[in-house]
Amino acid sequence: MELENINPNIFKKSDERPVSESEKNENTVDPIDSREVFDLIRNINDPEHPLTLEELHVLEESRVEVDNEKSFIRILFTPTIPHCSMATLIGLSIRVKLLRSLPPRFKISVQITPGTHSSENAINKQLADKERISASLENSTLLEVVNQCIARSNR
Amino acid sequence: MCKLCMQHAACLENRKCMRKTSCIFNETLHAQIEEPTLIILIINKSCSEIINLIVSRMPQQLDVIQKLSAHRGKVWSVNWHPSGKVFASCGEDKTIRIYNQEKDAWVMQAVLSDGHTRTIRDIAFSNCGMFLASASFDATVSIWDKKAGTYECNSTLEGHENEVKSVAWSVSGQFLATCSRDKSVWIWDITANCEEFDCAAVLNLHTQDVKKVVWHPLEDILASSSYDNTIKIYKEDPSDNDWTCTATLTSHSSTVWGITFDKTGKRIASCSDDCTVKIWQQYEVGNAEGISTPDNEPVWKCVCTLSGFHDRSIYDISWCKLTGLIATACGDDHIRIFKEADNSTKNEPIFDLETKILAHKQDVNAVKWNPVIPGLLLSTSDDGDIKIWKFNNL
Repeated sequence: MELENINPNIFKKSDERPVSESEKNENTVDPIDSREVFDLIRNINDPEHPLTLEELHVLEESRVEVDNEKSFIRILFTPTIPHCSMATLIGLSIRVKLLRSLPPRFKISVQITPGTHSSENAINKQLADKERISASLENSTLLEVVNQCIARSNR
Repeated sequence: MCKLCMQHAACLENRKCMRKTSCIFNETLHAQIEEPTLIILIINKSCSEIINLIVSRMPQQLDVIQKLSAHRGKVWSVNWHPSGKVFASCGEDKTIRIYNQEKDAWVMQAVLSDGHTRTIRDIAFSNCGMFLASASFDATVSIWDKKAGTYECNSTLEGHENEVKSVAWSVSGQFLATCSRDKSVWIWDITANCEEFDCAAVLNLHTQDVKKVVWHPLEDILASSSYDNTIKIYKEDPSDNDWTCTATLTSHSSTVWGITFDKTGKRIASCSDDCTVKIWQQYEVGNAEGISTPDNEPVWKCVCTLSGFHDRSIYDISWCKLTGLIATACGDDHIRIFKEADNSTKNEPIFDLETKILAHKQDVNAVKWNPVIPGLLLSTSDDGDIKIWKFNNL
């Protein structure tokens, strides 16, 4: 298969999250925050390159919004090129990883960073349709591709 | 704009649809609120916060009678048997479960697990009560009959290219309708005793995924709703048995997940991913209002929009044929009940929010009023539960 974006920009990965003293205390409640959610998804692989979504700046911590109180999470992801045909697959991988990792009380919204893709609205609508998401995850071929993207982030 | 709080102009525009809450915004009615503390509470609150505040002060009107947790994974749909004494549910676990009423409790009578290889999205009992149809993501529709005492799958309808999303029997018992992500609506002609299902029409009029098919309560008229944001109405032309689309209803700004007729079939309520409910009124050819009917077919007009009530996508809507109440199933885990106001009119209907309840731990996927017992409601959710509710304020 021909690569769409042959020479993507590569960025430095962020450091490991420092663990504070209070977080070591078993009796303290640690609310789910944006860094924790970012850590769940930053090592998802790009479907085209042997690089993570963080290294390609498809995902950035500043574009992860978490409202633990209201159980709401919004992720904005930025495709490397505006015609990227993999955008839906990337969005699906992020969604699936979060569905598998977070408590079910969370309402998760995965959208394209405004202005960074030519079919932004169509892709956002597809990623918000839970019926289509459920159906696509019963498609074994697609599920295998998604699982491959996610695999490294699980380690 | 409200002269008291100075910031809820949007709410005032929707006043018609929020009669119960509008007194707070309407200056002249402020004096009628007996609790001065409530006025203090509402200042500097957003529109939805005010609705929540008022709802929290309403008496509890919807009580849960029973919770059934037999399904594994999402429960997508539920439907009553026409007797009102039996219902069936289906979901992600690829099973159909049949429940019977025994004394005071609903008890699972059967599990049908050999019909489909993927999620079962929808189920429907025929009006004669002898048959059950199930629609699955595996692209097929199964017909189950109870001739031998237990439900057996005797026909499988193939034709859709991919996921079948909804299935419905016509009131006459002559037709079955199905719809799919392949953008088509199929109408199947049923021979006597439901022995054969012949394809009567393949309607490729939607430009996207078709989410729901629903028949008119009195005539063989079909409505479908879609990811393309529209609702379409179909009728058979008696001269050549061709099915044609007689109306396209456009006003929603996103996927229309659910549609439901009122008991007369002259109104439709629809619910959407745009977080609104819309009420549509049918105007016959030669109507007294003087609304033009260009193709010599009735036209449908959106006469009411309920906005500001729902916080997320609305997945299902049910209009009770006995009480006129409208129930909605929302992605914010709540069930809401709306009632037509006393001063509502045909051309400018007014619906009040009667109650709102945190019904499930995850998205509510379906709501269905019992066809025989007034006020009895079923709901299903992504949390794997089915709940049976009783609405007390009839």
